[in-house]
Amino acid sequence: MQIYLPIADLPVNVFVILAMGLAVGFISGMFGIGGGFLMTPLLIFLGISPAVAVASVTGHIAASSMSGAISYWQRRAIDLALAFMLLAGGIIGTAFGVWLFTTLRAIGQLDVTIGVSYVLLLGIVGALMVAESMRAIIRARQGKPVELRRPGSHTWIHGLPLKLRFKRSRIYVSAIPVWGIGFIIGFVGAIMGIGGGFLLVPMLIYVLRVPTATVIGTSMVLTLVTMASATVMHAAVNHLVDALLALFLMVGGVTGAQFGARAGQKMSGERLRLLLGLLVLAVGIRFALNLVVPPETFYSVRAVDGDI
Amino acid sequence: MRRRSLAAVLAGFAALIASALPAAGERLVASLSNHRVMITSNFVGEELVLFGGIEQDAASRPRRAGYDIIVTVTGPRQTMVTFRKERMLGLWVNADSRVLDSVPAYLAVLANRPLDAVTNTETLRRLQLGLDNIPLLQRASINIADAASDDPFRVAFIKIKTEQGLYREISNGVTFLAPALFRASIPLPAEVPVGTYEVDVRLFADGVQIARTPAPFEVYKSGFEQVVTAAAREHGVLYGLATAMMAIVTGWFASVVFRRN
Repeated sequence: MQIYLPIADLPVNVFVILAMGLAVGFISGMFGIGGGFLMTPLLIFLGISPAVAVASVTGHIAASSMSGAISYWQRRAIDLALAFMLLAGGIIGTAFGVWLFTTLRAIGQLDVTIGVSYVLLLGIVGALMVAESMRAIIRARQGKPVELRRPGSHTWIHGLPLKLRFKRSRIYVSAIPVWGIGFIIGFVGAIMGIGGGFLLVPMLIYVLRVPTATVIGTSMVLTLVTMASATVMHAAVNHLVDALLALFLMVGGVTGAQFGARAGQKMSGERLRLLLGLLVLAVGIRFALNLVVPPETFYSVRAVDGDI
Repeated sequence: MRRRSLAAVLAGFAALIASALPAAGERLVASLSNHRVMITSNFVGEELVLFGGIEQDAASRPRRAGYDIIVTVTGPRQTMVTFRKERMLGLWVNADSRVLDSVPAYLAVLANRPLDAVTNTETLRRLQLGLDNIPLLQRASINIADAASDDPFRVAFIKIKTEQGLYREISNGVTFLAPALFRASIPLPAEVPVGTYEVDVRLFADGVQIARTPAPFEVYKSGFEQVVTAAAREHGVLYGLATAMMAIVTGWFASVVFRRN
């Protein structure tokens, strides 16, 4: 069934969009991430312009993190205080990201910026995850006990001023790195159309030493608010959010996420991280090839509204 | 449905031709099967049919080689940018660009035979007929110029628009049903932009333009599509809030539906 998307200005097959939502939702439910880093490239592949894809995916991620956040809320696995502090940085980061997005779009360097950001982020995060989970799996095979991080070990991060106590997560850290992480996630999310869950979770664990119990729920609350505000900002500044496209993605996404979450619970943590790491790495390599391999056509055409 | 509108158009022509006032030489009349193309949620493109008749009177000389028709359909004007990728630090980035001020977003040139068979190159250039001769003003930075027809940016622009189905030159797009009666199909792909389209029908005989008539039409979004587009354009913040609310409700709804008892 073909349906004409009002903002993307082209007809798409509804079932293809729903199926993409389901598939990405399954993965996002399984790994506890938003899945934007998969959805945006898929939409671009369908012929939707990168700008509309990035702007519309924000709504889809907001929906899937909302459904995730509710279930974590019921399990009391969300540190609201930490989420609010991250948000303070996140909102500023998002606004800055939407501004840069608009500027880059005007000077024609949006595609290459999105491309380079994907390669760097996905490449580094993917490689780290694969290496870390492989070590964990090998250790488990050899029957060695899991290496525990000593809770008392402090880095320079813990020497910063403006210290705050987050009760639910049982941590006592400076507000500065918390704002900083929030800013990075908001910024990256607005530019790349990703929730940044795959980036936020490791940062919370390794930089702030947030316990695993509250990390995913808190990350989902942050993703929900940054992505919902990115939707509003993209709609207000760029007028590029396709609500109809977002709706189909959401319906598929939230459904897929439920089944993904159940599948994920049957797998061991290391194996899950290895799979996610490989996935992240594969998408990163795909983007790297796009930038390095000579393109089929050297020219591209884009319509501009207003003057340049 | 299409057959009925065809019959109606033909009947209209017969009446038009019969009632037309006598004039010197040939007169050209043309009409479209539809003057308002509506984009609804199931729009996947459309084909408009243009019918035309050539009316002769006592003053018209017999034409040895018969008549030729060139139809130019020009869509709404848009400002476009053509980017060229170049290798920088090992990466392919958009390095050079040309701004094209108010160029047609859609352009179709239809004729009953190849344009260079209808008339000579000089006339085609003077009348700006065909994809090679259509004026496309390019702006590099401060210089504005109508680029030569072999300018690489111009060639690339036309190639890309042609691949998108938005620019085309069809040398057998006009069919003569009778020596003085013709039809042309105007293909509108699903990606056509909304706005006013000008249709310029020109009649040639022996390589000379002898008559010309316009037949404009409009492409517009209607119903749901129109409401969404207008909301996104004019009430961006409210539209964004509504979309964000929709996301929150969808997420909440999913957690209720799939809750395990």
